[in-house]
Amino acid sequence: MTSATAPFTDQELTALRGEFPILTRTVRDSRPLVYLDSGATSHKPVAVLDAERAFYEQHNAAVHRGAHQLAEEATDDFEVARATVASFVGAPADEVVFTKNATEAINLVAYAFSNASPSEDAKDERFVLRPGDEILVTEMEHHANLVPWQELARRTGATLRWIPAEADGALDLSGLGDLLTERTKVFAVTHVSNVLGTVNPVTELAARAHAVGALVVVDACQSVPHLPVDVATLGADFIAFSGHKMYGPMGVGVLWGRAELLEVMPPFLTGGSMIELVTMERSTYAPAPQKFEAGVPNAAQAVGLAAAVRWIEAVGIERIHAHEAALVERLLSALAKRPWVRVVGPAAGQLRGGAVAFVVDGVHAHDVGQVLDDAGVAVRVGHHCAWPLHRAVGAAATTRASFAVYNTTAEVDALVEALDRVPVVFGLDLERAAS
Amino acid sequence: MDLYQELILEHSKRPHHAGLREPFDAEVHHINPTCGDEVTLRVDVTGAGDDAVVRDVSYAAQGCSISVASASVLADEVIGHTVGEALETFAAMREMLTSRGTVTGDETVIGDGVALSGVSKYPARVKCALLGWTAFTDALARSGVDISTTTTDSTTRQGVSS
Repeated sequence: MTSATAPFTDQELTALRGEFPILTRTVRDSRPLVYLDSGATSHKPVAVLDAERAFYEQHNAAVHRGAHQLAEEATDDFEVARATVASFVGAPADEVVFTKNATEAINLVAYAFSNASPSEDAKDERFVLRPGDEILVTEMEHHANLVPWQELARRTGATLRWIPAEADGALDLSGLGDLLTERTKVFAVTHVSNVLGTVNPVTELAARAHAVGALVVVDACQSVPHLPVDVATLGADFIAFSGHKMYGPMGVGVLWGRAELLEVMPPFLTGGSMIELVTMERSTYAPAPQKFEAGVPNAAQAVGLAAAVRWIEAVGIERIHAHEAALVERLLSALAKRPWVRVVGPAAGQLRGGAVAFVVDGVHAHDVGQVLDDAGVAVRVGHHCAWPLHRAVGAAATTRASFAVYNTTAEVDALVEALDRVPVVFGLDLERAAS
Repeated sequence: MDLYQELILEHSKRPHHAGLREPFDAEVHHINPTCGDEVTLRVDVTGAGDDAVVRDVSYAAQGCSISVASASVLADEVIGHTVGEALETFAAMREMLTSRGTVTGDETVIGDGVALSGVSKYPARVKCALLGWTAFTDALARSGVDISTTTTDSTTRQGVSS
């Protein structure tokens, strides 16, 4: 028997890879595809594609409307999907809101604050922001967990503050006492950095935030697909994650929020489905989660995401993590032997997510990525939607390899082999780089 | 790789006419939001109308080899030329870069720019190569020169958001 935390055997991995049709295609003059960009979006197993197709072929109807049989079945499928996804992160079904993506999920919360902030409209003072109140974020955030808070500050007159990131990819918590105060109404932080793979101490940070009465919003896009996440112990009030990064379809994201908060939060998007009673003058709203799902929902995508969750559960999230951690360590150890490569982020041996970002000094990340692409190796280059973080770690752009369940040690080796062409193509003086 | 011709690497390592110089009539700062590449570019134009001449183009570029090399080629090809000639060179560069590999470029018009022809096969890199050129036409317009004879392009401004 294989332990629940062991990497996959070759045989298991071959079988797993067989479930992802795209992995058999070739790129750039018939080279095998080495896909190391799952942090941007993962590929989808056949089970997910089949689930989405089966919904359209057999149950397609507008969810939460109509009383005919297909409408009942579609609604059931959608609500079962909600329960499946909720259970995966340890939540009751009615605490999960389906959104278009994680970005919309975070905006949903930011706009709830905004909509509550003429205080006469607020059911709950915790969502009201006034000039003098503060929003705390970190310098490590993806733009999706930064720009919505900048905009919220602009709309309400609240002040945006941030925890700095250190050059080694950790948050600098030395000034936290001054940053997190009774003025802080909301604290937004990423669980795992999409660039560096840093795993932030969210539980401790959330406890500190709660001690001053702030609500805690966690970007879990890079943790839910890679690590066991349990909202009961994480300590957050809200988490956002996307379906397409966890083997699910594009077009579906998830907001989890504590029930008592969802109950008092104002809606973001309004319209059909989210109402209780409508007159020409005004409307009242359905209970959460429907209150936050205006319009015909993305039922087929939710069904596909639920299939992805069942697929992950069958494989085992602990094993996925162990497998990816082994790949990360293999890559870090190969890069450590190349003095012309500088890894940005936590050193080897630390708990980290499935991403490794690095810089080849003297060669721009776009050029590094082009050489890798020429060998069929797909990585992300640029600032990965985390521009302030790149400034903090002193890199204009980085090259990021990010792993998923289907990656192999041979693919890590293919990346390293292709990377070794970079100094040749660009004529780097390796002896000088090594000294 | 045919993308990285020796000429491109030479231009990117030792970009011609690099640095910001005085005097200048307009200065612009353009960014490629996909990758964070940046260029600050100044133009110094003398004369007016059909006699307007690009006396100097100076720039500080931070970016990939393609964007830096393209800025270097730009400076080579437009300094000392009339505005009309410079805009023709820009049009020829843009035609080649956006041709998806169907236009190889005329060396008599774009000089070392022909070495960038491989870029057109990689749509994600076209913006890198156009960054300096778009900055140049923007700077010309801001310097008060009439550039209406050539359609300006705001490709680098509209970048893929990320």
